[in-house]
Amino acid sequence: MTLSCVVIGSGNIGTDLVHKLLRSPSLELRALVGIDPASEGLARARKLGVEATAEGIDWVEAHAGEIDLAFEATSARVHAANAPRLAAAGITAVDLTPARLGPPVVPGVNLDQHLDAPNLNLITCGGQATAPIVAAVVSASRVPYAEIVSTVASRSAGPGTRQNIDEFTRTTASSLEEVGGAAHGKAIIILNPADPPILMRNTVFCALPDGYDEAAVAAAIEDMVGRVARYVPGYRLKRPPVFEEGPFATPGGPAAARVVALLEVEGAGDFLPPYAGNLDIMTAAAVRVGEALAEARAPERRGQVTV
Amino acid sequence: MSGPAFRLTDSTLRDGSHALSHRYTTEQVASIVRGLDAAGVPVIEVSHGDGLGGSSFNYGFSGTDERDLVSAAVGAATRARIAVLLLPGIGVADDLRDMADRGVQVARIATHCTEADIAEQHIRLAKRLGMEAVGFLMMAHMAEPAQLLDQARLMESYGADCVYVVDSAGAMTTADARARVGTLAEGLGCQVGHHAHNNLSLAVANSLAALDVGADQLDGCCAGLGAGAGNCPTEVLVATCDKLGLATGVDPLEAMGVAEDLVRPLRPEMGVIDRAGLLLGYAGVYGSFLLHAQRAAARYGVDVGEILLELGRRRIVGGQEDMILDVALELARKATPASRPAGQELPA
Repeated sequence: MTLSCVVIGSGNIGTDLVHKLLRSPSLELRALVGIDPASEGLARARKLGVEATAEGIDWVEAHAGEIDLAFEATSARVHAANAPRLAAAGITAVDLTPARLGPPVVPGVNLDQHLDAPNLNLITCGGQATAPIVAAVVSASRVPYAEIVSTVASRSAGPGTRQNIDEFTRTTASSLEEVGGAAHGKAIIILNPADPPILMRNTVFCALPDGYDEAAVAAAIEDMVGRVARYVPGYRLKRPPVFEEGPFATPGGPAAARVVALLEVEGAGDFLPPYAGNLDIMTAAAVRVGEALAEARAPERRGQVTV
Repeated sequence: MSGPAFRLTDSTLRDGSHALSHRYTTEQVASIVRGLDAAGVPVIEVSHGDGLGGSSFNYGFSGTDERDLVSAAVGAATRARIAVLLLPGIGVADDLRDMADRGVQVARIATHCTEADIAEQHIRLAKRLGMEAVGFLMMAHMAEPAQLLDQARLMESYGADCVYVVDSAGAMTTADARARVGTLAEGLGCQVGHHAHNNLSLAVANSLAALDVGADQLDGCCAGLGAGAGNCPTEVLVATCDKLGLATGVDPLEAMGVAEDLVRPLRPEMGVIDRAGLLLGYAGVYGSFLLHAQRAAARYGVDVGEILLELGRRRIVGGQEDMILDVALELARKATPASRPAGQELPA
């Protein structure tokens, strides 16, 4: 079935989402919702033929009967205020802020467990880019410790990320455990100001116990990269997974070896520039979540969704 | 009698940790702190080389939990204040809270020189915890003086008591250091510091130049123990200041004793400016990349100099140690005969 949706937040992320939603076969964009009548984002949406309102969450409540889904692209604080009102109106929230009110979801990893949740959280860009790889390794081996290094271009890191770098770091780390399935997770976040801006880079290290199956781990990683690339076309391995012998004294205990996956994320360039793969992976994941919800709610396909 | 011409922070037990691959023991920490404390060093920094939470695959796991090392340092100091380093994005607020509970009095919050605004949470938290907060602008050779001043003003606005010009790559000429420290000293209301590395053999000279243009705080490490070709050697800085008639509050002979008897034996070859160390300063590459680059070069059969030069070309910033592996693999791939099947070009 088709779900009617709104995007709340008329900034760069909201605008990029509008571009992606206009292409979606199963999501119908009802409106872009902002709070500033002078917002450039609202004006851009109108040019694209999308209804744009500056009346904020009040408008969403007034039109609740016409809306199934709200993509929240504001801030953690604003989403915390909006979430109960969306829930009361029976609107499912797909949260792109770090508010973490609902379960953390990554399409292709754990979304099928949360299709009935009233609020789904997309973690962080670093979590979207790396938790799937940890989950892939976990499918082929025990992972006592996983660590990621996520480097984004300075210009693509907005004030929300900068003022909340601590939450960003911790939320990303916890997703390696909650979504990825590692026993211990650690995240390192780096901003690189190089000009021209760098593409988003992610390095995933997973500790491996004795007796791990190298071919199985490598195949699981490559398969997962393909699954993520289906909704984030610019998501790729820079080179085949690298296996290095230890031993390593990790916080999850001694490990015989580690596998290292070096990843790059190039954005689709819908509205945001291609170097901002960190933002693209969030909007692309959001649309994929919305489409999966649409599939799940189609009566004839209930119970047979693959995400 | 006037007080010291500057405040010295000894970072043997933090920046020096890089040179030991983060393997300090609590006994070593306690004995070095006792020595520095007796010599009159006012501030002693203790942490993983990459700051709190630095123990990792990317930077190397600590041999002993840094929390135990810090507690050992606090226990051994009678006069000196214990400092820690934290890089937002690596360490987190809870690490800082734990350090305050352990008796740490100085929090140094470090960011790349153009990213000062990610230090806001942690500088403010340090002040709320009653700690002295020092802003640490790393790789400062990559920013022009005016831009560096804008970034330093941000840190001051969050409550920093001092902002450092940090020459993480040991890439600054004396004129570079003078221009940056001088600009901050004129433009800031808070104190200004300088942290030098010796890759171009200029660490002491640049520290003295920084003092000349208004620096209030300087850093050193005993025997220069530290990232790259080493830091500004504490005992050399103190001895030179003594000859110049600049009071440091530190006894030069005692500082020499700590360096010679307690620190030099940990890494006897420290302080040699070999080609790799010089290349860091020449190419402007983060000093702590050196040992990681040497290991990757050995593992993948490529030249360490080529790795460092490529990292410089890519304008890689501090913390991106993962890119050392990326570059080493790329160089190994290029060096591989085209006849090898794809996907098997990586030596184990």
